[in-house]
Amino acid sequence: MTIQNRDSFLSNLAANLGRPQKREGVTRPEYSVQPQHEVFKDYSAEQLIEVLKEHCKVIHTDFVRTEKSDLQEALKKVLDGYDAVSIIASNDKRNQEYGLDKAYKEFAKEFDVHVWDASLGKENQVIAERTDVGISFSDITLAESGTVALMTNKDNGRSISLMPKCYIAIIPKETIVPRMTQAAARIHQDNENGTIPPSSVCFVTGPSNSADIEMNLIVGVHGPVKVTYIVVD
Amino acid sequence: MSIKISEAPYKERIGKGIDNDFMRQAVSSAQGRFRNGRLTQAEELGNWEDWRQLGEEIRSHTLENIDYYLYQLSEEVEKRGGNVFFAETAEEANTYIENVVKKKNAKKVVKTKSMVTEEIGLNKTLEEIGAEVVESDLGEWILQLDEDPPSHIVTPALHKNRQQIKNTFQDKKGYDKSDTPEELASFAREQLRQDFLTADVGITGCNFAIAESGSVTLVTNEGNAEMVTSLPDTQISVMGMERLVPTWEDMEVLVSLLTRAAVGQKLTSYITTITGTRLEEEIDGPDDYHLVIVDNGRSKILGTEFQSALHCIRCAACINVCPVYRHVGGHAYNSIYPGPIGAVLTPLLDGYEDHKELPYTSSLCAACTEACPVKIPLHEQLIRHREIIVEEEKKSPASEKIMMKGFAQWASNPAAYKLSTKVARTALKPWTKDEYVENGPGPLKGWTDVRDFPAPAKQSFRSWWNKRQKGGEA
Repeated sequence: MTIQNRDSFLSNLAANLGRPQKREGVTRPEYSVQPQHEVFKDYSAEQLIEVLKEHCKVIHTDFVRTEKSDLQEALKKVLDGYDAVSIIASNDKRNQEYGLDKAYKEFAKEFDVHVWDASLGKENQVIAERTDVGISFSDITLAESGTVALMTNKDNGRSISLMPKCYIAIIPKETIVPRMTQAAARIHQDNENGTIPPSSVCFVTGPSNSADIEMNLIVGVHGPVKVTYIVVD
Repeated sequence: MSIKISEAPYKERIGKGIDNDFMRQAVSSAQGRFRNGRLTQAEELGNWEDWRQLGEEIRSHTLENIDYYLYQLSEEVEKRGGNVFFAETAEEANTYIENVVKKKNAKKVVKTKSMVTEEIGLNKTLEEIGAEVVESDLGEWILQLDEDPPSHIVTPALHKNRQQIKNTFQDKKGYDKSDTPEELASFAREQLRQDFLTADVGITGCNFAIAESGSVTLVTNEGNAEMVTSLPDTQISVMGMERLVPTWEDMEVLVSLLTRAAVGQKLTSYITTITGTRLEEEIDGPDDYHLVIVDNGRSKILGTEFQSALHCIRCAACINVCPVYRHVGGHAYNSIYPGPIGAVLTPLLDGYEDHKELPYTSSLCAACTEACPVKIPLHEQLIRHREIIVEEEKKSPASEKIMMKGFAQWASNPAAYKLSTKVARTALKPWTKDEYVENGPGPLKGWTDVRDFPAPAKQSFRSWWNKRQKGGEA
């Protein structure tokens, strides 16, 4: 890996700022105001779920809430609503805990099911591209904006939430936080403690959209056209 | 394309904007919607001024220590398997990127929306070496097919209507469906999906680079940035050197300000934060990553009274409230950065010579300053530009100089002043109707083209005063 032209570039910046170049000794100041921590500060888990549910209406996203034991059934209902033929899902450690490994086996009788398999390499992308519905877990869920934070790894490719026409996010109740502030703080803390961030952290808020043609909102451009969030108690 | 988008003179550009009824209506309604969106979001938060204050403090701290944070950023990118190139000029940046593309023997390059790559004219450079460059943001794709420059930094094709877009798709891509936005967008989805899948190199801009982890954040709605950063094996991110924050926590605050101020959304559909190359056994994402950090005139602004212009987070809130932009549209500014921030930044980046009119393309109403989510004193900087243009650069328009000189001579000569106030009414008689001049001659024409001018009074103030002093009838 290379870093080119750095010294001359940075010394020029320092010169324009009228001081020697800084390599250390800079700490972030205590900012005079911190309004981001005030949003939904004392909200209970139930209140945050209510905020999330309400905001789903704004972001053209269907909201479903279910018990862990009923997840398979709830999922099936959404898949039927999408007229799905094929599904692609992350090979998440939580699949077992939420009974999804069994569910996917069951679904395989009726649907074309692919669970992400790192050993297949790029074939996973090819499958994702032709598949109707992607399913994965939200790692952190932001109530305020109705956002699922998806942290990718070798068993959970970005393509799952991106390429299929429909996407379903499984939201464990305990992943719900007030807003992006808490997600950013966690990643910042992890980074400070030596746990590097994933190669991609994607904050997804509903289906893709655009207002580039005469400011008309078009739901569904390059990413999914339809999105459902399933909150699991 | 570079920062300048045409060679047409200022007056011609302004005239073209004012005569374009569709554009003016589109801009006016877009401004209304953007502004309402921002105000609704601000009101909902309840303490918007605190947010702005925080935004300003973060930007100010970052810029004061930009060399430190850029150093940290480059170290972290390298740790995550990426290459970093510091480019002082547009040419250096283009040459580096060109070499990466050549080395990969790349036939197709797919891009996300990026103002800095417009600024350095990257597409042209890559096309000259035979690479096919595809813009994947819907608005940018439309403009690319039509070879038209952007007129707004958030919705670049704002000046085009659906019929024009349909015609462009028909002529350039054989489109045969209706002009409904849904069908047009669905066509773009089909067409661009193939480009994403077959591209050799992905090029992105950068909304915020995060120094602490070497990450790059992209703020989009369409999902195209996700495609560009997930599918091609080689990826290049290009950032203006000031698009930087210290940590994820700072990024979060600025993203919250950006999406609210730009489009009135709490967050856009995709806030994509990518770090270096894909990790072992991962399939999506690049295995070859490059970050290009561009100066191109920005460092000259550091340490000057205009430094806070570098705080800009490109939300276009100032553009969306500007009454002048509303009437002349984006192209009139002849810069890829239009509106108030464009009028401040363009002369700083590209010199006064070609852009001396821009600081005057403002009514100085200060709506821009009030709207700015990071509190850049835009209208004050415009006034300062004017001072510099008149006093230091001596670049005020020749007509203004002659007029000012003439006015000084005329106004300091009582006889000339008296005579002209006396004959004004008679001189304007041929153009006067019912005490109004409707189609005035010479310098009056500009005024009377759009509104009437009252005819000079029957008696001048001085003669009225004299009569009154003498005890006559007032």
